[in-house]
Amino acid sequence: SVNPDLAGERQTASFSVEKLTALLDGGAEQTRIRRAVVEAIESDPVFSRENQYFQTQNERYEAAVRKAVHLQKKMHEMGWTDNGPEYKYIYRALSGDVAFLLHRVFMRSISVLGSDKQIAKWMPLATQHKLIGSYAQTELGHGTYLQGLETTAVFDTATQEFILNTPKISAMKWWPGDMGRSATHTVAFAQLYIHGKCYGIHPFIVQIRSLQDHSLCPGITAGDIGPKMSFEHADNGYLLLKNVRVPRENMLSKFCEVRPDGTYVRQGSQQINYFTMTTVRISLISDEVLTPFMKACTIAIRYSVVRRQSKLKPGEQEAKILDYQTQQEKLLPQLAAAYAFHFTNDYLQELFNRGYREIQRKNFDMLPELHALSSGFKAMITQHCTAGVEICLRACGGHGYSLLSGLPSLYTKIIASCIYEGENTILLLQTARFLIKCFMAASAGQPVPPSVTYLAAVKHGKCPAKNKLDFLSPDIYTEAYQHVAVRLTSSTAAKLQDLIQSGVKKHDAWNQCTVQLVQAAKAHCHYIAVKNFAETVEKLETKAGIQKIMKHLCDLFALHGIFSNTGAFLHDGYTSGAQMDMVTASYLDLLAVIRKDAVPLVDAFDFTDQGLNSALGSYDGQVYQRLYEWAQKSPTNQMSPAYERYLKPLLHNTLSKL
Amino acid sequence: AAAMSVNADLRRERAAATFQPELLTHILDGGPERTRRRKEIEALVLNDPDFQHEDLNFLSRSQRYEQAIRKSSLMVMKLREYGIADPEEIYWFKSFVHRGRPEPLDLHLGMFLPTLLTQATPEQQDRFFMPAWNLEIIGTYAQTEMGHGTHLRGLETTATYDPSTQEFILNSPTVTSIKWWPGGLGKTSNHAIVLAQLYTQGQCKGLHAFIVPIRQLGTHEPLPGITVGDIGPKFGYDEMDNGYLKMDNFRIPRENMLMKYAQVEPDGTYVKPVSDKLTYGTMVFIRSLIVGDSARSLSRACTIAIRYSAVRHQSELKPGEPEPQILDYQTQQYKLFPLLATAYAFHFVGAYIKATYHRINGDISKGDLSELPELHALTAGLKAFTSWTANAGIEECRMACGGHGYSRCSGIPDIYVTFTPSCTYEGENTVMMLQTARFLMKSYTQVTSGQQVSGMVSYLNDLSRQRIQPQHVAARTVTVRINDPASLVEAYKSRAARLVESAAKNLQAELTHRNSKEDAWNRTSVDLVRASEAHCHYVVVKLFTAKLAEVGDAAVRAVLTDLCLLYALFGISRNAGDFLQAGILTGAQITQVNQHVKELLAVIRPNAVALVDSFDFHDVHLGSVLGRYDGNVYENMFEWAKKSPLNKTQVHESFHKHLKPMQAKL
Repeated sequence: SVNPDLAGERQTASFSVEKLTALLDGGAEQTRIRRAVVEAIESDPVFSRENQYFQTQNERYEAAVRKAVHLQKKMHEMGWTDNGPEYKYIYRALSGDVAFLLHRVFMRSISVLGSDKQIAKWMPLATQHKLIGSYAQTELGHGTYLQGLETTAVFDTATQEFILNTPKISAMKWWPGDMGRSATHTVAFAQLYIHGKCYGIHPFIVQIRSLQDHSLCPGITAGDIGPKMSFEHADNGYLLLKNVRVPRENMLSKFCEVRPDGTYVRQGSQQINYFTMTTVRISLISDEVLTPFMKACTIAIRYSVVRRQSKLKPGEQEAKILDYQTQQEKLLPQLAAAYAFHFTNDYLQELFNRGYREIQRKNFDMLPELHALSSGFKAMITQHCTAGVEICLRACGGHGYSLLSGLPSLYTKIIASCIYEGENTILLLQTARFLIKCFMAASAGQPVPPSVTYLAAVKHGKCPAKNKLDFLSPDIYTEAYQHVAVRLTSSTAAKLQDLIQSGVKKHDAWNQCTVQLVQAAKAHCHYIAVKNFAETVEKLETKAGIQKIMKHLCDLFALHGIFSNTGAFLHDGYTSGAQMDMVTASYLDLLAVIRKDAVPLVDAFDFTDQGLNSALGSYDGQVYQRLYEWAQKSPTNQMSPAYERYLKPLLHNTLSKL
Repeated sequence: AAAMSVNADLRRERAAATFQPELLTHILDGGPERTRRRKEIEALVLNDPDFQHEDLNFLSRSQRYEQAIRKSSLMVMKLREYGIADPEEIYWFKSFVHRGRPEPLDLHLGMFLPTLLTQATPEQQDRFFMPAWNLEIIGTYAQTEMGHGTHLRGLETTATYDPSTQEFILNSPTVTSIKWWPGGLGKTSNHAIVLAQLYTQGQCKGLHAFIVPIRQLGTHEPLPGITVGDIGPKFGYDEMDNGYLKMDNFRIPRENMLMKYAQVEPDGTYVKPVSDKLTYGTMVFIRSLIVGDSARSLSRACTIAIRYSAVRHQSELKPGEPEPQILDYQTQQYKLFPLLATAYAFHFVGAYIKATYHRINGDISKGDLSELPELHALTAGLKAFTSWTANAGIEECRMACGGHGYSRCSGIPDIYVTFTPSCTYEGENTVMMLQTARFLMKSYTQVTSGQQVSGMVSYLNDLSRQRIQPQHVAARTVTVRINDPASLVEAYKSRAARLVESAAKNLQAELTHRNSKEDAWNRTSVDLVRASEAHCHYVVVKLFTAKLAEVGDAAVRAVLTDLCLLYALFGISRNAGDFLQAGILTGAQITQVNQHVKELLAVIRPNAVALVDSFDFHDVHLGSVLGRYDGNVYENMFEWAKKSPLNKTQVHESFHKHLKPMQAKL
């Protein structure tokens, strides 16, 4: 039975939860497909995650391999294919707890970077799992800065082979998933040398383990890099290469080729490489970031209406902790951000699809904007959601600290997203570079991409709001965000100019402005996110209460951003101190409004209990019972050898015999 | 196998420092003699083969618990053998043995024994203390329940007095009343001090403490009527058996209620305790420990991140030149140096609270409780302020180490998961901030009704003066000197005064609209927390600044002054809105502050490694491959990884079990 505290919350929803779920899924049909996939996966015991919190690294790894193998069978049974509509829901249903994810990156690399001949050779083998692939780019000494990679591939004309080496310890490949124990092949990135000349980083297919007995190939040293903060199921690996020879045909050669005589030929645009990174950055937002963030919100908000603590009114029952303003102030802005970023993701997807169509027509004009936005938003969203999951964790008090709450695992996993696929600070600086360039162009009257045209229209003026209700007008707050973004970009650009004019070298000037540049990039992304949310709300259907509640969330998202960063808005007097008090008042009012729909708003994310895997966040709210029963299954509740060995002598006061 | 010489980058960094790190270490320890003694005790543990073991990162939870119990047993024996009895020296010994991690006897040593000493009658001490001292009795402190934590009055466990048998009957009447979380309760303890609602003669007399045996001496089996176990895996605290305890009509003799203060007589008559302020003392003490712990945990994370940033080279700053140390990037300095300054600030705050506690404690034993409420309010806020900041700071340090920070070999994940619960235990931080706010509101009311307040809140006295001279605040605008810590203390003071006043006014406004005081309080609580934070922030800046004057060595004072300025200015930069809105600083001044922060980063840069060396963490205690003193990071990462459990066999068994069959089928 459902906990009455939770049931009561659902009766008063101001909107249709089912309609909102459909909106999030992109249509009721999508919802149906997704639920069917989730149902099929969750009803299969092999995919159960009930024991995962009790398992060791070795056990987690084995379970992930078992699931990956079983998944092949399952897909076949269900008639799901890699290109079918079900595919994208499988990963979500498994909560990512499965091996061979890098195998897919291996396949994508071949299909994007390989020649037709290479695709024809390798893809069937990979698809049928005759081999298991990985993707070896990062080294012990280098990550985001790819030009610094130290692995070498020297072309030997005599044998028509490349000789691969990791010449020093920092050149060792380090971190690639699936490589520590599972992979038989990998795409290794190395500096290409022909006749003593370096041609930069190129991808090579390298076999690392025997297809017969899985032993390491000659010249290869590989293993697991040891325990991490999370991803216990993944065998992130290291790889040392010592004079490993691969045939000339193993260099992926859609864009660059080495001819038998050692002639190096470049074909097509290099810019396409950016496009691959863009693809990955956009695709990770939904599965790796928004899903865990929404799960954390679901757990924390449901728990906060079940947990009662202290009294708000004398003589009454203890209050639900979600009724405390401080608790609302922690959780509800997270909820608003989850929706905001969902729509940001839609915006990026649409932009991406448009860019992709253009690229197929050999038009690369959209690439810089797409690259800048995907970098900036990857950084902004991962950073915000990571912090948000931690807020959810701590908002659940002591019980949030138990693995059984599900929150520690969500946190340790999402936090990796701030680093992989480009370290966030570096990505924001890439966005900033684009902004500064566009700002200069716009100032000189040159055309700039649509997302930055606002930089040209520098308006001096003041925020026109007269009372707190004015701050519920999207025009008012969107313009405030725009003002801040323009101010930070233009003042940083001016500072850069000043430094350069005063004789500071360009790169030094850049380094001296990087703190400001990062702030400008964040302000730009924040502005786009607010503007996009406001525009999305306007287009929503007015029926079923959806538009109204989304408008509240949009307002909250915008005002929370101002409230948490008042200095940026007050700095040049665009917003006055009195107006800032209005922002605060409206913001706090909104918390109380959204409070009423908080549970329906997380219900709309439509996670199953198995998907959440949390004692605190289950749909029925039977928190304490579940926690108690689950804890008893902990292996620590079997009699431990520690008693006989250490406790007993201790208690019997025979310490000296130890 | 690891290279033995010190990494060249770190050697260069150390040679370039402008001060002697040992002198700063002495300040942190409280004098050269304390440093010497600390190192002596450290050596006792480090040179003792009994305390060696495999890297804990490679052990399962059960194995880690077992190691911890093994070491704890030896620790107790050796402490006595060496005659170490000073509380601080015990603390050092313990933290070297357990390398800064919790251990299953923590609650026995830190709560069970002290509670016996302070709350048991002489008769009770005779019965329990020596057996507990000799570890025949191992106890824990069972307060928190599944349904209630910081809000103690809500606890549901009952102890009903039965005069016919002169016993208390203990019950956990609901699922939510099950004791949950106490350390050492799951597997280790055979006794617990249980907090329960006392019922006698049909009346509830509130929370009282009872000594409850939970496991059979000899067999260690749970006693009839007792259900006890481990609460399962957590984020961290792997070596701790946090436990649950459910009691069903479990009877204990009347004499097992701790009766030094409150008493139940044989016929059931209840005798009230004299003062309830006494319990403040323990809370102040424990929260002051958390402030010190915030400083230490953040210092460890800073040590790792800063040393690693001096060793790691990446990308290019100048075209054509070798890759620079990542510590040369402004963004990296901006992440790490304010945290380094914060770690120092918190060290001094921790030392201040500890000293104040000991001073006031003398007064308490003389019956003077007058300073206790302020200290209680201050430590509540500072506990929250420092633990929140350190918690976020540790994570920033980890992220500043890029991907390798995420590996457990960096040691930072472990520091984080061990530290983060301190935001919750010993008083949930938001609740702590609101307690401080309550004191601030009370002080504000006193000031507005014409009384003077003293201590850290005395700046509120100025508020009434400002009303007479309305231009006062505006006049201050031009006088803030951003190079002068004392002037910045004034700026923080104004900010705190403004936020306290604004929260008080909002509270007043709510009170006129609502009929319930609690409701008005709740609707102002976001403002109240902000006011408390500003107050604590002011206290930290003030204490850091005050410390500078005590430093004798000029070179050390210079470098600490840089850190103090950075701490204060960075805080202004981050909270610029507060200073702008209150008219304490103008937009142009904020721009100057931002600029000066960046200049300070460059000033501190040459001393960064020496400043973390001064924390003087031994490599074993630091537990980090990235933060090693010798900086030989990459070689040792490889050595470490080879020991990973997944690498035990060349071909993992999953290959034979799953991979091979699949490949055969497809």
